[in-house]
Amino acid sequence: MTLATDQHWPAAAVPSAYLTPGIGSFVEFLAKAEPALLARSTVPGRVPELPHGTTIVALTFADGVVMAGDRRATMGNMVAQRDIEKVFVADSHSMVGIAGTAGVALELVRLFQLELEHYEKIEGTRLSLAGKANRMASMIRGNLAAAMQGLAVLPMFAGYDLDRRATKAGDAGRIFSYDIAGGLYEEHAYHAVGSGAVFAKSALKKRHDPAAAVGGAVRAAIEALYDAADEDTATGGPDLSRNIYPVVVVATADGALRQPDDEIGAVAQEVVADRRVRPGG
Amino acid sequence: MTMPIYASPEQFMRDRSDYARKGIARGRSVVVTTYAGGVLFVAENNWRTLHKVSEIYDRIGFAAVGRYNEFENLRTAGIRLADVRGYSYDRRDVTGRWLANAFAQTLGSIFSEHQKPFEVELCVAEVGTHPGNGHPTEAAPGTRTMATDQLYRISYDGSIVDETRFVVMGGSTEPVAAALEESFRSGWPLQAALAAAVKALGAAGEGAPRDLRADQLEVAVLDRAAIGRTFRRLDDTEVAAALAGGAVPAGNAGSAEHAELAENAESDGPGDA
Repeated sequence: MTLATDQHWPAAAVPSAYLTPGIGSFVEFLAKAEPALLARSTVPGRVPELPHGTTIVALTFADGVVMAGDRRATMGNMVAQRDIEKVFVADSHSMVGIAGTAGVALELVRLFQLELEHYEKIEGTRLSLAGKANRMASMIRGNLAAAMQGLAVLPMFAGYDLDRRATKAGDAGRIFSYDIAGGLYEEHAYHAVGSGAVFAKSALKKRHDPAAAVGGAVRAAIEALYDAADEDTATGGPDLSRNIYPVVVVATADGALRQPDDEIGAVAQEVVADRRVRPGG
Repeated sequence: MTMPIYASPEQFMRDRSDYARKGIARGRSVVVTTYAGGVLFVAENNWRTLHKVSEIYDRIGFAAVGRYNEFENLRTAGIRLADVRGYSYDRRDVTGRWLANAFAQTLGSIFSEHQKPFEVELCVAEVGTHPGNGHPTEAAPGTRTMATDQLYRISYDGSIVDETRFVVMGGSTEPVAAALEESFRSGWPLQAALAAAVKALGAAGEGAPRDLRADQLEVAVLDRAAIGRTFRRLDDTEVAAALAGGAVPAGNAGSAEHAELAENAESDGPGDA
């Protein structure tokens, strides 16, 4: 269908780009119709110090997958924010966690959540889990120039794969990691990203039990974050005096749910109490 | 030398109106009505995947009759407009009135400036924080969303009306509207509203009164109690159960809204209304 070109189009009406048939991607639509909303001005050289998010862990369990993140953002040697949230529900059955430059990463998450919702509304159906992971990869690819300047963002994506519910239910929790060039890697069993990732992964290597129930998986995630915070100054441990605990999202066949703060607080307090007896966990 | 045939502007517009009206009248009807727990959409639709009713945004739904390709185009534009606005401002800044105006402006310019007017009629519905009492109210102070449910009906020529009770669009609307005028009760429960809407739709068409089955209907609600995305489709079994007199079950995880949000709303679903 051909509609009037913009010069003949009354200003009050919907711009013609909005009425042009296209695919269900919000990011691609923005790039075409509202490029100013996506534009990021570039400056030569490296950018100054900005808040950074630190450690995110994810691991599978019998009924799905758990993702957890500490609450600290750092700026060099300073704590930029002590209660930042870095793990988010992305859509009904998936979640995304972010490490790297906080400002860029949070914007990426907002755009990613909208991308999934937009597709669902336009097409009347949801993307497959692997399709969502690929969308994220192409969005990171678009950020490569900024990443080279020091504005890198490293997300981790995980979710419950509904297409596997019938055939491979025990393997339906899936984890995807990325590199700054947009490379997409499916991780098996567990993974961690961010400055404390090495320590968190070592902890998960010993603790991960693919047959565990949800409680065991949440506990393992919080133990791993504790170990990361123990060794990495940029990762924040449970803050008992301020009641700041990791953000934990669990995805099962019933959907992705952020776990209530008081429940996670109780687990974190148990972990801290046990570490008083055995600091190594 | 040939002379163009003269047509007065009145005649010109009348011809276009007749053309659009005829196209719209060929289709099956859609009813949008408010109920205690939100807004109910009921469309007579034999298609399984080509929808006449759709989600636009958190608290905004869309229903249309007429030419599918044309209203699908407008539906997509509506979702894009809403998502762009929500992205550049905030989710609460996307309002039904704003969207209805955008549709009205667009249909108005297409009607007067294009070779062929769109043969569509739209309804933009916004679910409020309180059930409507049949009287339009001002937006509650300090809030972006209207306090009560609003239905905007937008015609092929861009004319727009706002309703708080019900909207009937499509083919032979008179018997449907008359039946609803009779049965409408402000703040009625979902089950009663659905039964009345289906009965009203059955009052028109060949062989009326007809008994419409669940698989001939497309039913959706904007659920006031839901947090975040309120739009939810009712599947055939839910509709059949409701038409048989049963309650409509509350939102499940498989529906459109985030499972996280559905969880919160479960205690006070549309079935309880």
